Amino acid sequence: MPAARLYRDPDHRLVAGVASGIAGHLGLRPLVVRIAFIALLPFSGLGPLLYALYWAVLPIGPTDPRAPRPRRDRRQLFPLLALGLGVLLVQQLIGVGGGADAALAWLIAVIAVGAGIIWHLADPGRRRRWSAAMPQAPWLAPMVDERDRRGFLLRLVGGGACVIVGVIGILVVFGPSSGAGFTVLLGGLLYALIALAGVALVLAPLLWRMFGQLRAERVGRIREQERAEIAAMVHDQVLHTLALIQRKAGDAKEVVRLARGQERSLRNWLYKPTAAPTDKFSAAVEEIVAEVEDTYAIVVESVVVGDIDVTEKVAALVAAAREALVNAARHGKVASVSLYAEVESSSISVYVRDRGVGFEMASVGPDRHGVRGSIVRRMERHGGNAEIRSEPGAGTEVRLSMPTPEGKERDHERGQA
Amino acid sequence: MNEDRPERPQLRVFLVDDHAMFRAGVRAELGAYVDVVGEASSVGQAVTAIGATVPDVVLLDVHMPDGGGRAVLTAVRKAHPEVKFLALSVSDAAEDVIGLIRAGARGYVTKTIAPEDLVDAIRRVADGDAVFSPRLAGFVLDAFAARTDAPVADPELDQLTNREREVLRLLARGYAYKEIAKELYISIKTVETHVSNVLRKLQMSNRYELSRWAADRRLV
Repeated sequence: MPAARLYRDPDHRLVAGVASGIAGHLGLRPLVVRIAFIALLPFSGLGPLLYALYWAVLPIGPTDPRAPRPRRDRRQLFPLLALGLGVLLVQQLIGVGGGADAALAWLIAVIAVGAGIIWHLADPGRRRRWSAAMPQAPWLAPMVDERDRRGFLLRLVGGGACVIVGVIGILVVFGPSSGAGFTVLLGGLLYALIALAGVALVLAPLLWRMFGQLRAERVGRIREQERAEIAAMVHDQVLHTLALIQRKAGDAKEVVRLARGQERSLRNWLYKPTAAPTDKFSAAVEEIVAEVEDTYAIVVESVVVGDIDVTEKVAALVAAAREALVNAARHGKVASVSLYAEVESSSISVYVRDRGVGFEMASVGPDRHGVRGSIVRRMERHGGNAEIRSEPGAGTEVRLSMPTPEGKERDHERGQA
Repeated sequence: MNEDRPERPQLRVFLVDDHAMFRAGVRAELGAYVDVVGEASSVGQAVTAIGATVPDVVLLDVHMPDGGGRAVLTAVRKAHPEVKFLALSVSDAAEDVIGLIRAGARGYVTKTIAPEDLVDAIRRVADGDAVFSPRLAGFVLDAFAARTDAPVADPELDQLTNREREVLRLLARGYAYKEIAKELYISIKTVETHVSNVLRKLQMSNRYELSRWAADRRLV
């Protein structure tokens, strides 16, 4: 004979299968056990109390999955309920039990039922679902799981019962008939806590849902804002540039200028500039590159390695580099110019190179203010150095270098596009 | 390596780019110089078609849906290590460029490159050399910048020689290999060797900056 363990029997249940489980275990008819539970009702509600305890403690029995699940015959419930009502009436008539003891018994029964509900809900499948729903706090999930309608109903009933019991308890404890004292205070506190727990239980899903909605709304708003920003940018810049390009399709130089300018502004928009031209060397170089590209409709291939804060000397270097770019754009007769700038620990170098027509250095007259004044003298004035190499037909390269202040060499930052 | 450049058969080139217009443009530009054996617009298509055609050089777009150029590189390189990759992109973001080079591409050029320069780059990559755009040269200089606070685990891999640095600087200044050779009084072959060495270091080194780039691209 297999070990006769006590189970709840969901296949033959009326309420929760406690009675039929016990009946199966004892070899009695379920009806006998049910009547026994009802008969225990007058003794401070011992019957329901026991029933609730059994419900809470007993595991669900093994059911045969192949067997068809018998229909739950609810009609049986009515005579039993009637019987219970009758018993209670008789109790009232003859005055057995009741009073404060009965209230306490009911309270315990209610708590037991609540515990039983939670116990009952916690079968493995559900627990798994809860952990999936709220991985950070699975124990909270049954409180906020909204997909489970039965859970929601139980929660509502359980929470409501807690509220009612708590309120009644507070009234009783602080009522005129009761005396003062520590136990009274403790009791009041306990009931208040129960009431609070009830409110929390009832409101938890609502709060949780509101919280979730709020979060979803915020994400949606941010997304919408980003979309609007992109739409505005595309409309204001890209579409206009494309329209201009179509109108000036015959002018190759102008088309390149427009395309290049748009490309630069899109890049700036995508990879937001990290510093202001007045603060950082790399940003200042990018600024003069943009200006020259825009003004002279050429392409400047610029590469900047390293970065440094802008000082007076650095600004002078950048201004000289700008002059070199302008010279290349104006006199080089080329479509593109290369600019390479590197910040090293001891010096900053800038190379501006074009593959244009070039010139004889000797032929540059003293009137050519650009090269002599803006580049060479400017660099010398600030302690730097400028060297210009040019060959007719092979292009020009301007090499600028400026020593860095020694102290800055340690913490210079590398500039990244 | 190949001294008989002009006489050998046309290079077989494969295009991978999700922009049909760009593929058509490149095909038209390259048609006279190389044999464009196929094109693909997605990672899956590219992996299958490259496996079937086994071209000499694949022109690879960095940014594509489902993984981009890196996904193609990783998938193809195992089965066909002989296929060379040249990355082609509009992106100038350092992590994109460095990421693709570290995944095995032998060079990087931007999509604005002139057709004859692109043909030159393809031939160079096919010969097993590396192709650095000025910007890539700048990135590499930046990544290998001599900084006192960067620990150097393997000096052979983690540092550039002075000569390599010079070559990279000239590349970044827009010099062609021929001009670099002239400037430094070395042969073009030597310039190519230096650039290839830099490429190897870029791919093998575990320097902090490179690892960071790699980590950003989830390469490690």
